Amino acid sequence: MKEITAKGYLSPLTEEAKTNKLVYLKEWLCSTDAKRIGVLYLAFALVMGIFGGILSLLIRTELAQHGSQIFDPSFYNALPGMHATAMIFFFIIPAFTGIGNFVVPIQVGAPDMAFPKLNLAAFWILPPAALVTFMGFFLNSLPEFGWTAYPPLSNNVYSGMWGADFWVLGLILVGVSSTMAAINFLATVFNMRCKGMKMFQLPLFTWSVVVTSFLILAATPVLTSALLMLTFERLFPGVFHFFNPAGGGDPILYQHLFWFYSHPAVYIMILPGFGVISEVVSTFSRKHIFGYVLMAWSMIAIAVLGFVVWAHHMFTTGIALEARVGFMFLTMLIAVPTGIKIFSWLATMWGGSIKFDTPMLFAVGFIAMFTIGGLSGVVLASVPVDIQLHDTYYVVAHIHYVLVAGSMMTIFAGAYYWYPKITGKMYNEFWGKIHFWLTAIFINVTFFLQHWMGMKGMPRRYYDYDPQFEWANTISSLGSAALFAASLIFVVNMVWSWKSGEDADENHWYGDGVNLEWLIETPPNHHNFHEPPEWKPIIRQHVSPDQPGGLWHAKD
Amino acid sequence: MAPKEASIMEGPGAGEESLGVTNGKIGMWTFLVMDAMTFAGLLAGYARLRWTPDSLWPFPIEAFGVIGIQLTAFNTFILICSSVAMVHVLAEQMRGNMDRAEKWLMATIAGGLIFLGIQAFEWTHLIIDKFHLLMDAGYNQNFPATFYLLTGFHGAHVAIGVIYNTILLMGMRSGKVTEEHTSTTEIAGLYWHFVDLVWILVFTFVYLI
Ligand SMILES: [Cu+2]
Repeated sequence: MKEITAKGYLSPLTEEAKTNKLVYLKEWLCSTDAKRIGVLYLAFALVMGIFGGILSLLIRTELAQHGSQIFDPSFYNALPGMHATAMIFFFIIPAFTGIGNFVVPIQVGAPDMAFPKLNLAAFWILPPAALVTFMGFFLNSLPEFGWTAYPPLSNNVYSGMWGADFWVLGLILVGVSSTMAAINFLATVFNMRCKGMKMFQLPLFTWSVVVTSFLILAATPVLTSALLMLTFERLFPGVFHFFNPAGGGDPILYQHLFWFYSHPAVYIMILPGFGVISEVVSTFSRKHIFGYVLMAWSMIAIAVLGFVVWAHHMFTTGIALEARVGFMFLTMLIAVPTGIKIFSWLATMWGGSIKFDTPMLFAVGFIAMFTIGGLSGVVLASVPVDIQLHDTYYVVAHIHYVLVAGSMMTIFAGAYYWYPKITGKMYNEFWGKIHFWLTAIFINVTFFLQHWMGMKGMPRRYYDYDPQFEWANTISSLGSAALFAASLIFVVNMVWSWKSGEDADENHWYGDGVNLEWLIETPPNHHNFHEPPEWKPIIRQHVSPDQPGGLWHAKD
Repeated sequence: MAPKEASIMEGPGAGEESLGVTNGKIGMWTFLVMDAMTFAGLLAGYARLRWTPDSLWPFPIEAFGVIGIQLTAFNTFILICSSVAMVHVLAEQMRGNMDRAEKWLMATIAGGLIFLGIQAFEWTHLIIDKFHLLMDAGYNQNFPATFYLLTGFHGAHVAIGVIYNTILLMGMRSGKVTEEHTSTTEIAGLYWHFVDLVWILVFTFVYLI
């Protein structure tokens, strides 16, 4: 049998593993090396992303034409919730955790994460959690209450199926896993930085992971508490009546607790993406990021504000007008730090020597299209407008511009950007660019018309719709199929290039990477650094080119 | 690089730039932030269900009786004593007096067990003799529901703490935890003090106001 000759952290640890693929695989699955765990996370996220994508295709197939197409209504009702669950908890969050696992310890100059075993445990909770969450598919008893699981729809009277209990349990497990990862990231960044790596010398991707980890730490347990209450109410309906008015409970309470998590969850899904974009834009523009300190503080501001806006999801559930207006203004305030970030990226590119490799294309595409999602968010934040648009396709369009044009495109940008470092190989640039253009075009084909459908009053989650929306839905469905096909190009490119791609350099992007991951060999060895690195503080702030530090490194 | 010789429970060591404490301590602190938020969610739920206009909620004195409140106050005292004992464990360990540290740790564990015992007795009594009377009187049915959830969730924390401390005790007995491993004890102590602190909140909310 052929010997495994992979280098760096990919190389087999024992003689036995060199010739025996099974031993090598076992080495991977039980490894406590953050880089290997990161790759496991990414592989898992890829599989679940495809799964979630297929679910969205099922939804779009059913909606492609007016009337009933392929599913009975009750199966259809389950699909939006399952699609959202798969994408949020099993694709986006694990994908960023994976990138973070690989990149963060290197960027802070540490040999590994603070708690390697906890890290491995956090990962291995995920596959069983996925199995439990989607158990309804095997038992043929899928919950039909969407991903929000509002009582009374989600109590045992209206959703008596076992699949719902498994779904709730699965979500609690995912929450445990992601808090374990957050604890690990925080301990790593706060306590394991190398010499000279002060907090305000940290790369912005690491900063974004820090802020995200705090969000996870403070928000996820509140969802857990709500899900615990829901579980008890479902399993022992005679004793627990938290959300049941007949027993003195309050269904709105669930919504408060749920959105106290689920609004920050949007930032959990987008802040690491912001971090990725900061790295990519800076590298490919050959300039330091514009307003580095403010970029870090604006993420903190987004995180803090993110905790006081949750009720903007509840403008139509009957809370006091004064409260709604307060939440409206707080929500609109978030556009300020977000705007700071958008303009900082633009200012970073301004006057830079820009190279449009695939990661940079995704970064620029992200900035353009995420802004649309951000602006429609400001529209939805306004109370009178939201009363009209609540639970329509406008909301679907908004969140998909945020999560597909936002989170997904930044995941792609990060995957292409760090691919040479992770695999030691180079992906196929031509197909990368094709992937970008198809993605950018078909995101708009799929989701842009949904703004119009929503404004015209097409409700979301419904099995069927008014015939006047048929042409727009058909276009949207065709777009989603093309978008999915484009993502398969990405999958093939990643897998094929790992086997047959050209070897990548240490500092692959024209030698322009300044952070520690670009200063070590490719792929990195097991402990990242041969000896503890020393970070020579650099001027992170952007300064004008004729001043010291204004030029990217002085080598040419 | 040769990674620093890591002690049994501490993983890789701190870096050059750090907060000046062990990784484990940061791990426990951040975990406690998470745990505190879980309790915050449950307590917010409790507050919302109790303090709404037409929610008929019994006063603690009606629900538990004077004896019941006094018994639980005594239980609170036990848990605080157990926390104090935990402080002595660390103090003795720092002096290198492992024998006495072990004894104090046994006292800590005993405190946790007594707390659980009294709570089990209290639960049984309330289920059999009390709560159905309250329900018949037309009080909000979430009174017992939130009571079980809050005290039960906290009780689970005490049970886990007892197991945690027992593992620590076994470590001391077998010589794996020596006088050098003060941070191991300190981390266990953080958890135990947190459980104590949360109980004071739960006790105040459920039994006093
Ligand atoms: Cu929100």
